[in-house]
Amino acid sequence: MDLDFMWETLLQLLSGVPLTLNLAFTSVAFGAVLAMILALMRMSRVGILEAIAKAYVFVFRGTPLLVQIFLIYYGLGQFRPILQEWGLWAFFREPYWCAILALTLNTGAYASEIIRGGLQSVPNQQVEAAKACGMSGFLLFRRIVFPIAVRQALPAYGSEIILMVKATSLASIITMMEVTGLAAKLISQTFRAVEVFVVGGLIYLILNFAITRIIMAFEWWLSPHLRRPPAIEPRLEAAHV
Amino acid sequence: MQQLSYFELIGFGPKGWGLALLVATGMTLAVALCGFLAGAVVGTLVAWAKLSRSMIARTFGDGYTTILRGIPDLLVIYLFYFGGSAALGAIGSLFGADGFIGVPAFVTGALAIGIVSGAYQAEVFRGAYQILNRGELEAARSVGMHRWLIFRRIIAPQVLRYAIPGLGNTWQLVLKESALISVTGLVELLRQSHIAAGSTRRPFDFYITAAILYLVITWVSTYLFQRAETYSLRGIRRAS
Repeated sequence: MDLDFMWETLLQLLSGVPLTLNLAFTSVAFGAVLAMILALMRMSRVGILEAIAKAYVFVFRGTPLLVQIFLIYYGLGQFRPILQEWGLWAFFREPYWCAILALTLNTGAYASEIIRGGLQSVPNQQVEAAKACGMSGFLLFRRIVFPIAVRQALPAYGSEIILMVKATSLASIITMMEVTGLAAKLISQTFRAVEVFVVGGLIYLILNFAITRIIMAFEWWLSPHLRRPPAIEPRLEAAHV
Repeated sequence: MQQLSYFELIGFGPKGWGLALLVATGMTLAVALCGFLAGAVVGTLVAWAKLSRSMIARTFGDGYTTILRGIPDLLVIYLFYFGGSAALGAIGSLFGADGFIGVPAFVTGALAIGIVSGAYQAEVFRGAYQILNRGELEAARSVGMHRWLIFRRIIAPQVLRYAIPGLGNTWQLVLKESALISVTGLVELLRQSHIAAGSTRRPFDFYITAAILYLVITWVSTYLFQRAETYSLRGIRRAS
């Protein structure tokens, strides 16, 4: 192991971190919106909406992400004249936007199941109690269902975010130079796979560790009812004077 | 030249790519299956380490699962592909051969999948082991079975039974991960579609075909795992 080489590798790979995080967080943000819509469709009890959501989840969870990326980046090139006519070619020509689109569609499918699980875990009694107080519709969702569902779904959503950080590495195959892309370039230039792997792996581990911690802090903040109540100092009062 | 229709393109006719795609699907299944089996061996060993009483073994097991579940699979595949060749080259130069020696892509792929899925399978096996009834282990010891016999007769059959749902999930992961092996040049389903797409300039048709074939595989394997689960639970009385 050559420490000087590893230091240089570290500096080079760190320059890919902003793109990795950018890809991960942009797609997680868009994906969360998509997932919410899919989860609500799935629970809507409207046959056709339910069927669409089910089919969507089946297709996007049943095929490899790399196939989805290729389908969007290379595959849609087959319809270039049509896309140019619609003015969409500027979007599909960019590997960045293709990667974002594929990652968003993919995480939307996985996250919708997580959100659905969270929404379904809301105890019926709480909903009934809220209704008894006269809440309904959006107020009920905003005050009772949503907060409880988020709290339930958060741990699973945390692992999904970590999976997404790992999944951004596939964008390197369509020329995006994020951490894995830079690592692959360095390995093929220097043929020192082990050193580059150790440094690259370390970067991902640190990123994922930080994300886990943030999620845990968020979870703690969202569940005050599980924390011990602050101890009240017993006042010493002279009982018998 | 007249444009071929979709079905002529992926069919089994003289200009169809059907046979090549089917062979490539077989390759995907083969590399995923070998990787999954390698992962079962790795997973068993790592789960054993994680459950062991020794501090060192536990630290190793926990470190293994944390690291391999936190690093992108693609990076591990690059390590095996390039690192394996470098290591073989170094060994080769000892024997006087010089230059680049490539590791067969199939071996690289199966090993990389095995190493990564081993981390996931270790967690599955560990969870299943913890459901085991302690009393049965004590009973086995009291009738004088030694460790290997207990493992074979008591632990392995029950752990496998409880692990089937988790193993099903891992298998789906492995199957999707096998698509990444295409970066090493192994002609599996995605690589073959890439080649066909390049030579016919019909990328969408081929990638959508690949997606459909992957869907068929996941669909069939979900069904098979469900069957296996029902079969494995045939002797168990369930509440409700």
